[in-house]
Amino acid sequence: MAETQELRVKNNTVSLDAMDIEILRALQKDSSETYAAMGKRFGIAHSTVRDRIRKMEQQGVIQNYTATIDAEKIGLRNITAMMTVYTDPKETERVAEKLAALPEVLEAYTSLSEELLIIAKVSAASQENLHEFIANSVAPLPGVSRIRTSIITKKFKETQFSITEASKKVNL
Amino acid sequence: MTMNTDSKILKTVPREKAFYFFTSIGNYTGSSAASLKEFMGRINEVNVKSLEFHLGRGDFEKWVAEVLQDQELAGEIKRLQKLNLTGNGLRDQLSFVVSRRVKRLTTQPTPSRY
Repeated sequence: MAETQELRVKNNTVSLDAMDIEILRALQKDSSETYAAMGKRFGIAHSTVRDRIRKMEQQGVIQNYTATIDAEKIGLRNITAMMTVYTDPKETERVAEKLAALPEVLEAYTSLSEELLIIAKVSAASQENLHEFIANSVAPLPGVSRIRTSIITKKFKETQFSITEASKKVNL
Repeated sequence: MTMNTDSKILKTVPREKAFYFFTSIGNYTGSSAASLKEFMGRINEVNVKSLEFHLGRGDFEKWVAEVLQDQELAGEIKRLQKLNLTGNGLRDQLSFVVSRRVKRLTTQPTPSRY
């Protein structure tokens, strides 16, 4: 029964039924698909698709629609690296915030292994640009004590949160 | 060389203009130098791989010339680069060249009695 199949979001009141999940799956696969095409596929009116999508947008379930660009293909970025930044523990949050504001930093996280550190994914046009960026913009940040950088040589997977995988775990 | 120029070379620079020692692309050792005297000390402490990395790239010469504005020392470092030194031989030679320069800059000429 579709109405009982819900994906509840922890610490929030938003719940989705099976049709909402189907619509999200479709949007994650191709967000440019029309309401009419989706409605036809799911056997519902296009206005129903539109209303459900609008509701999920208003609830913040759907945050934005983006284009995934292969920067290497257009020659803008050639080097991607994972940078581990060791810091004075008192400065970790501040350093992470400053890194997050830099355009070369694609992702930034604080992480706890044997010590608290920052992991950041960075991108640059060349190895030389990567080094210049780290030497001029990261090493001088107050609280940075050491940096380890690994240049990525081959990408095997890169994805975002998938509604399909999440819904499998709740048997939808 | 005037005393004014000498003191400029020996000045401490802001942290964003300091020299940061790396062992390879993106791998920062945690050592930095914000003045020529500090730089002299770091040469004897850092991993020798860092000295090899920066000398080979011309980073020392560039920093000394552009940030400390010491063309004379930059020229001496450039000559060292051409010798293709490695390991502690490199450390010793670089340390000698920089220490000698610091000594020259810090030793004031004795004023004449007459």
